[in-house]
Amino acid sequence: MPQQRTKRIKTTITVNGETQEVEIEVPDIEAAWGDPANMRWLGKRIPRVDGADKVTGRAKYTYDIQLPGMLYAKILRSPYPHARIRSIDASEAEKLPGVKAVITDLTREVNYVGEEVAAVAAVSEEIARDALKRIKVDYEPLPFVVDPETAREPSAPRVTQQGNVRGGNPQERGDVDSALSRSDVVVHEATYSVPPRSHCCLEPHGLVCQWQGDKLIAWASTQGIFSVRDELAGALGIPQGNVRVICEHMGGGFGSKFGAGVEGVLCARLAKMANAPVKLMLEREEEQLASGYGPGVTAKVKIAATRDGQLIAWDSETHGTGGLWGSASVPLPYIYPVANVRTRHFDISTNIGASAALRAPGHPQASFIMESAMDDLAHKLGIDPLEFRLKNDPNRVRQAEYRLGAERIGWQRRNRVAGEGRGTVRRGLGMASAVWGGGGGAGSRPTVRIAPDGSVEVRLGTQDLGTGTRTYVAAIVAEELGLDVKQVKALIGDTDYGYSGASGGSTTAASVAPAVKMAAMGAKERLLAAVSQRLQANPANIVLADGKVIARNGVERSLTWKQACALLGKEGIEVQGEWNPNLQGSGVAGCQFAEVEVDTETGKVRVVKIVAVQDCGLVINQLAVESQVYGGVIQGLAMALHEQRLYDEQTGRMLNPNLEEYKLPGSLDMPEIDVVLYDNPTGRVSGVGEPPVIPTAAAIGNAVFNAIGKRVHSLPITPAKVLEALGKV
Amino acid sequence: MEDDRKNLPPEPPEDVNTSRRTFLRNLGVSTALASLLSSGAVLEERRARKAQAETLQHASQAQSAEIRGKSRITLNVNGAAHTLEVETRVTLLDALRDQLGFTGTKRVCDRGSCGACTVLLDGKPVYSCSMLAVDAQGRRIETVESLAQGEQLHPLQQAFIERDALMCGFCTPGFIMSLKALLDQVPRPTLEQAKQACAGNVCRCGTYNRIFEAAMEASRRMRSGG
Repeated sequence: MPQQRTKRIKTTITVNGETQEVEIEVPDIEAAWGDPANMRWLGKRIPRVDGADKVTGRAKYTYDIQLPGMLYAKILRSPYPHARIRSIDASEAEKLPGVKAVITDLTREVNYVGEEVAAVAAVSEEIARDALKRIKVDYEPLPFVVDPETAREPSAPRVTQQGNVRGGNPQERGDVDSALSRSDVVVHEATYSVPPRSHCCLEPHGLVCQWQGDKLIAWASTQGIFSVRDELAGALGIPQGNVRVICEHMGGGFGSKFGAGVEGVLCARLAKMANAPVKLMLEREEEQLASGYGPGVTAKVKIAATRDGQLIAWDSETHGTGGLWGSASVPLPYIYPVANVRTRHFDISTNIGASAALRAPGHPQASFIMESAMDDLAHKLGIDPLEFRLKNDPNRVRQAEYRLGAERIGWQRRNRVAGEGRGTVRRGLGMASAVWGGGGGAGSRPTVRIAPDGSVEVRLGTQDLGTGTRTYVAAIVAEELGLDVKQVKALIGDTDYGYSGASGGSTTAASVAPAVKMAAMGAKERLLAAVSQRLQANPANIVLADGKVIARNGVERSLTWKQACALLGKEGIEVQGEWNPNLQGSGVAGCQFAEVEVDTETGKVRVVKIVAVQDCGLVINQLAVESQVYGGVIQGLAMALHEQRLYDEQTGRMLNPNLEEYKLPGSLDMPEIDVVLYDNPTGRVSGVGEPPVIPTAAAIGNAVFNAIGKRVHSLPITPAKVLEALGKV
Repeated sequence: MEDDRKNLPPEPPEDVNTSRRTFLRNLGVSTALASLLSSGAVLEERRARKAQAETLQHASQAQSAEIRGKSRITLNVNGAAHTLEVETRVTLLDALRDQLGFTGTKRVCDRGSCGACTVLLDGKPVYSCSMLAVDAQGRRIETVESLAQGEQLHPLQQAFIERDALMCGFCTPGFIMSLKALLDQVPRPTLEQAKQACAGNVCRCGTYNRIFEAAMEASRRMRSGG
């Protein structure tokens, strides 16, 4: 490729939901997606290209990898929330026939129930489990605390040398105290809380590791094949180039699968020791205990507005726990601008293990806190909750979305005064808003290859979490080259392909799509140059469409795709692409409306309908974007009514590390879901994985309030809490 | 650490937890019953009752014999007989996946609460994680791999793709098998029946509504012959 001109630009990058501004160097090339109305694939409903593999069972996930002579590994985990390990005796385990490797040098101190203590690899899972039972560990139990409220008490056991409470520096702007004491303002004060929630990835964390000399191949269920590669190489002390990571398909991550993890390093070490491939997939209880969780948070809030409904002050004190060192901070005040703000956040250290990013980290929690407070204040002011948002949200996209959503749900049917309905089963409507970055970043290096036989492939070391990455990678190339999506082979999920970043923060589409487009544009340019002589036409007058190469130069001449590619010479075309900021957008807005029925005798809440209005810039694949919104809404519903990790204060154990006592909604809990993709003509691609999960729980909570006139201040909204709010228990 | 899988010594006493085998004996029966009862509401009650009785009888026979070491068994999977050696404590799920390579059947909770391991046993949906492989002898086992004929997909599979009724796809085979059992018995189900049929399946990505759409679409296609 000729030397490219470059320019330096400022952009934001989002990692695990943390957005920061950076300056980077990018190619200075004019590029635009063009108008979707003129396109064959982009903006249309494209069935996922790996759909057939997934519905037939042919798709191979990490869990499905079987290698000749493969061993199975299991991890022994701490039954204590905090303990020193005096000694480990694995001699009986080593004697068990079929056991091939044992590791006991992991740690001398454990800090949560479920922390890794030892590991074995054996010829079968059953024997590996038997071997774990033969390992004798002498623990010295130490003081512990799992409840953040208890941990804050001065009398609580100190779980770190620095104490249990971190942070708490006030962040202030404006003059909160003066604003709160003005005579023309109405103040609402309350405490809201969200519990810690599990990711519940259906495919657990895990790997299959195989050594070939000093090189390691690792199949991993991951959101970042390159981040797994780097972590493994670092932990094993080998060059990154000696590690190849593969993830063809993966069964859910939701923010918890960025690294190799302790299990990854164990798997690689066991495979080395045993000189055989090893599979280490977490069992369900391990997955629920030890792969992280989205932290809970409690917020003591004061919110104030003038009598005519102008937000004027916000004062909040929040605390939560992300284990020993994790953070449970939330972005407050959320979405709606407030002039006078004071926030204080405390992170509490506890023995519940480390938290992990969970789909839009901190945002659904912030949304529940902020939107509940907004509704409660609107109620106090006697203003319609939607009117209150319209008045306080300057975002133009959301202004339009509010009106659209209100019409779709029939907002005029709401109770004018919350709880004014009669009868045992009461209906209510509520709403809430969402915001997210959704921008991308530089780094992806896709390669588009056109072979002389006409076959086309695109290679990139990104990964498809089920979001449809593989499909749009193929579709973008197909669009550019005038081909059917089926004619383009998208090869992803392998570090042997070009670098691409981890999939988190809804950054993948805005990072990957522009780079793939640039590679495809480059390949097209080369193809046109190669055929222009035969077609006796300037490349500017040649188009690629419907599998043909057509010259419009007075007379129309055309070649079939195969004929054109045959002109390429043996080496064909191979073009690498780089990210182009002109093709990505960021800052996506959304809002959701919920309709619920509350049974005032049983306390059960049934969600009848959700209207989700979501903007995500230029839609590449409408079918896949809608699926993301469905998924966000359903996970938000789970958060609203079902999910919470429960701990026993006496033993420090998690009480529901499984899928029968950790309640997820099922088919019978599903409401009607109306997905409305807001047409925001930015012409640029943004991510949409996270925003639709943000407002659902808050919207449902507000609908419950509208139905019964009482606020349930903590999630999940269980029948017991509803009855308590109604004063019936 | 010698490599000797054939002559395993007796297992050490399983003192801490209930052993898997005992657990399955106790739970497997009740889970099988629950699964049969819920589908019984939709399917023919008489057949369900007969099957329940057989399941109970089968379970009590399995309970009576103390089995150690490996057994040679034959499983009828997707119309073909497969002979294999399994430890008697190995579940049908693990035998299908690890020994026979039917990895379309997924292991998620491994204790009868998510439905990812759903296979059809004599046409009825069961959780293969909650049944021992030795107990599945003599039964007709169908996995997701049996649905497509070459490249010709089953209408349910086709509808799942067209409606994008899957994201990560890990729960998908289980949902498809539950719904196949429904459509085989009830060609024209109501939406409510479709929901009931997969009430024992969990999806985390959040595809339920599109799964219902796919089920109804597949039903229409199967009735119109394609």
